[in-house]
Amino acid sequence: MTDATATHGPDGLLLAADGTPLKTKLRESMRASRMRAFGLVLPLLLFVMASFIIPIMMLLWTGVYNATYAVNMPASAPLMQAWDGSSEPTEAMAEAMVADLIAARKAKTIGKVASRVNRELSGTRSLFTKTARRAAKMEAPFMATLVDRDKDWADVETWRAIKTAATSLTPAYYAAAVDAKYTATGDFEMQGEERQIHLKLFWKTIWVSGAVMFACLFLGYPVAYLLAHLPAKRANLLMILVLLPFWTSLLVRTTAWIAMLQSQGVLNDIFVWIGITGDDQRFSLIYNMTGTLIAMTHILLPFMILPIYSVMRAIPPSHVRAAKSLGATNSTAFWRVYFPATIPGIGAGGLLVFILSIGYYITPALVGGQDGQLISNFIAYHMQKSLNWSLAAALGGILLAIVLILYWLYDRIVGIDNMKLG
Amino acid sequence: MELPPYATLGQKIWHYAFYAICGLIFLFLITPILIIAPLSFNAEPYFSFTEGMLSFEKEAFSTRWYNDILINGMADPEQPRSWALFWEWLWMALSPAHIAPQGFFTDMWENAQWVRAMKNSFFIGFFATLIATALGTLAAIGLSRAEMPYRGAIMSLLISPLIVPLVITAAGMFYFYSQVGLSQTYPGVILAHAALGTPFVIITVTATLVGFDKSLVRAGASMGAGPAKTFWKIQMPLILPGVVSGGLFAFITSFDEVVAVLFLAGPEHRTIPRQMYSGIREQISPTILAVATILVIISICLLVTMEMLRRRGERLRGIRS
Repeated sequence: MTDATATHGPDGLLLAADGTPLKTKLRESMRASRMRAFGLVLPLLLFVMASFIIPIMMLLWTGVYNATYAVNMPASAPLMQAWDGSSEPTEAMAEAMVADLIAARKAKTIGKVASRVNRELSGTRSLFTKTARRAAKMEAPFMATLVDRDKDWADVETWRAIKTAATSLTPAYYAAAVDAKYTATGDFEMQGEERQIHLKLFWKTIWVSGAVMFACLFLGYPVAYLLAHLPAKRANLLMILVLLPFWTSLLVRTTAWIAMLQSQGVLNDIFVWIGITGDDQRFSLIYNMTGTLIAMTHILLPFMILPIYSVMRAIPPSHVRAAKSLGATNSTAFWRVYFPATIPGIGAGGLLVFILSIGYYITPALVGGQDGQLISNFIAYHMQKSLNWSLAAALGGILLAIVLILYWLYDRIVGIDNMKLG
Repeated sequence: MELPPYATLGQKIWHYAFYAICGLIFLFLITPILIIAPLSFNAEPYFSFTEGMLSFEKEAFSTRWYNDILINGMADPEQPRSWALFWEWLWMALSPAHIAPQGFFTDMWENAQWVRAMKNSFFIGFFATLIATALGTLAAIGLSRAEMPYRGAIMSLLISPLIVPLVITAAGMFYFYSQVGLSQTYPGVILAHAALGTPFVIITVTATLVGFDKSLVRAGASMGAGPAKTFWKIQMPLILPGVVSGGLFAFITSFDEVVAVLFLAGPEHRTIPRQMYSGIREQISPTILAVATILVIISICLLVTMEMLRRRGERLRGIRS
């Protein structure tokens, strides 16, 4: 049979019906189907970009860029940036400062500027608002007038704080997020041991996540083992006990733990009834770290059980039987043959639990009390209460970096495609 | 898990001890969820069992907290109510004229805090699910084609809303949405919830597509059906269980989500979890337990639905367990 479509060209290439080489034709068709596949993904990609990625990027940008001072104090900002931070502040700087203070007071932005500088050196808020109120009447020489009004203006530290605030693109917030101070001369100094709140908080968060991960592993592994080795009918029935908490609202479970753990709660009542403790000295199990740990372990336990269970289901029972027939005792067969085969499941579950718990917010906020607060609660505090968005962004940036490294690890070890639900 | 007949005493002890340990862990998992149901019928405003409840006295139990869900926030909860009035109200409200009579049920529908939270939750959840399911299903179909370029990178990007700590997501959205005027609006919350729900849709639909026989689409195409027709007539019915369970996941994500609502929603957009959050923080009353009990019942229904969908999906794709 002669093939009418596939003929040979002058240089020996296969040609398609319209005379173009078959290779080109194939490449075109492949490109078209690639574009079609990409076209299906594109709407979601754009949506996730616009509603999720770009907002986070914008927030992270405020962690290194804060133009509050530069925008509201346009005359003095370039002078302050040019100043070397160690020589005597000049008359030109003072003149620009007074002009800016008058303008900022008129534009009602003085409060913003004052709090921005106050973050660099506490006490400067009132200095700014007070001086701005009288700035309109000030005359040359401005430096002398400023110092005459408030002797803090003679302090070079004040001017250094202003210089730091006037620099818009600054590593100061990231430095603050790891308890260092970025000085006007461009150096980093660590804060004293007792003022290192953020580092302590990061370590506490990592410690809590690790503790929750191990608690979930110790509680989840036996349950997964039981579920994987029971006959399917009974296993499915018991699986409901794992899946029901998984499907129940986070707030419902947190509420339930408040009812369980509070000092007049179910658990303490049982303890008193059994006689473990007296009625007047009930355990404080909630609104502290204990409550956070218990509630988080309960909430994240299904995320540990499900991956381990699915790995265990795939292990052929003949492996353990073979080990035993070769003379292994029960514990040797388990630890040398069975357990190593379940490590992928432990890795998947452990990483997932760790990633989820490191960013936990609601449960610590509701049952954590004072000492059960984690880094997320601090980010929310700076976003909503202290309104120091740049610091919140810097703390968030560090947290996000940790999570993304773990996510990358998860992808390498487990593969995102293997993420399963329920 | 059968104990062999030749098991030693130590093995027997270990065997039963293992069962006992697992039993305790199951108890840990399920007790908190079951305990709220009896507690929600407490006649006293406490979060714990009273003496009367433990000795099963009739007066110690009441449904006052369920009643409180309906009337809390109403202008005048003392108005007469009955089933007859309810049906009349429903009939009037659903009639084309939309003239609801004044009275208990109108007051409840308009003013009761929990009823409003429920309306918000369903409204936001519905639209977030719609967006997430539509976009997520399309993307999952694209992602499971072999010729998809940069598959791994795009997949990890699209799954990332599941991984990134909610506080960072919510803070970023709060910062960005307030600049474009979406903060404290319904569209803002809906967009946020849709973004958080899409990873679930992608994961479930991709899992369904793994077992999908592509020659069925080719067979349809060879018989003259266009791409749209093969999609709706062949592919969609087969992956529907995955799409529906992805949609359910997206809905429950929105229905349960509180961090984004805390950051993005105004007081008039309060959802049920948001209302519970402030309930726990401010005035802790057993009304929350009553709401929690209702939510547990809803999640049991969802669990059953999911299980049925999973079985149906496996049957359709010819997988036998």
